[in-house]
Amino acid sequence: MISVKNLKKSFGDLEVLRDINVEIEEKEVVVVIGPSGSGKSTFIRCLNRIEDITGGHVYIEGTDISQRKVNINKVRTDVGMVFQQFNLFPHKTVLENIMLSPMVVRKWKKKDAEEKALSLLRKVGLEDKAGVFPESLSGGQKQRVAIARALCMEPKVMLFDEPTSALDPEMVGEVLEVMKQLANEGMTMIVVTHEMGFAREVGDRVLFMDGGYIVEEAKPEEIFSNPKEERTKAFLSKVL
Amino acid sequence: MDFRWEIISEYLPFFMRGLGYTILASLIGFLVGALIGLVIGMGKSLSNPILRLPFIWYVNIFRGTPLLVQIFLIHFAVMPIFIKPPEPLISLIVALALNSAAYIAEIFRAGINSIDKGQREAAYSLGMNHAQVLRHVVLPQAFKRMIPPLGNEFIVLVKDSSLGAVIAAPELFYWGRVAVGAYSRVWEPYLAVAVLYFVVCLVLSYVQSFLERKYATDDQRKKPKKVVRRSRGAAGH
Repeated sequence: MISVKNLKKSFGDLEVLRDINVEIEEKEVVVVIGPSGSGKSTFIRCLNRIEDITGGHVYIEGTDISQRKVNINKVRTDVGMVFQQFNLFPHKTVLENIMLSPMVVRKWKKKDAEEKALSLLRKVGLEDKAGVFPESLSGGQKQRVAIARALCMEPKVMLFDEPTSALDPEMVGEVLEVMKQLANEGMTMIVVTHEMGFAREVGDRVLFMDGGYIVEEAKPEEIFSNPKEERTKAFLSKVL
Repeated sequence: MDFRWEIISEYLPFFMRGLGYTILASLIGFLVGALIGLVIGMGKSLSNPILRLPFIWYVNIFRGTPLLVQIFLIHFAVMPIFIKPPEPLISLIVALALNSAAYIAEIFRAGINSIDKGQREAAYSLGMNHAQVLRHVVLPQAFKRMIPPLGNEFIVLVKDSSLGAVIAAPELFYWGRVAVGAYSRVWEPYLAVAVLYFVVCLVLSYVQSFLERKYATDDQRKKPKKVVRRSRGAAGH
């Protein structure tokens, strides 16, 4: 589904991703962990080319998005993304936030988009918030709307870039719950997170990143109980 | 000193006609300036430094030289190429448009740049192209922030249009000078003209704050919210 080969990313002289290689299968839930500055957010942002790719290849369902001539907008319709800072559109209501892209990009009729948007709001438990503006929502509610907004494009894979890091602690659970539900439905997911509980419970595979490399990858039970690399051990001892 | 009201009442029809031209010239100048300004503003945001250069220098030149000099150059040097003899009102409108374009370009650019880049990223991640991102996400939010500086620019333009008097464009101040010439009295005509400019600018500033309130739906009410980062999880992140 996603294949990353020798991915490199630099910001000026700063090499953030040095040589990333990974294959992600359909319906897999891959959790990316690692210390601050390890490149995990940059990595996930390269997967839909929100961040320009410096070198190497990223194949999304066979399309090499590192190639300039690829219609990246088309690829992005199949790759949903959820951001740490939610990035809801403040000038649009919750419902309009969700309907906008299906109508503008997929050219759905308003009625169809509205129907789909409402069903997604039901799914994330925010049906009653359809008409309000994002500013009146709590952080957890905003993030659930952001998930619904991404899902409305009917993506084949969902990228989560630290979706709970900007939330008050009591709101983390409601967002993780929605993500868990999504994983159970068979959505392919790549999740950058500090929620080790989520990684353990929901993840099919955990990637530990440090210094621009994937240092270790394994099933969650393995990596958490028996990490092989020193750096993984050091990191996990701090966060667990 | 006796104040001769009859001078004002005699010239009032001319003042009103002049005021009409003042508003007309300012309005057309502003609208055309906004169109050119949009192009210049976008040009200044181009990533290619060579292509960006002419737009940067357009702004530099029109902001860095006096409007009065620009009016003279346009009326006596540029316009005669196209219209013989040059029509003062048209020259004034052209000068106001070209001059305001430089300022409006900066207003557009600042407004667009003020929108958080997360907004753009979210829109792109949903598959929108550049035009769709601008049209549906960036510009509606940026426009709200552009209203106050655009309003200021228009008010400045109305007052600056009085410079048209020196090339005999028949706007408000021109008629003030005519009245002064006819009666050799300065107080009555100039005060009348000043009051008329003042009333127009006052009305405009009310229109501006009305528009600000009308479009200040979500953004303005929103107080800057502290982002609470979780301390659990990776240490020091």
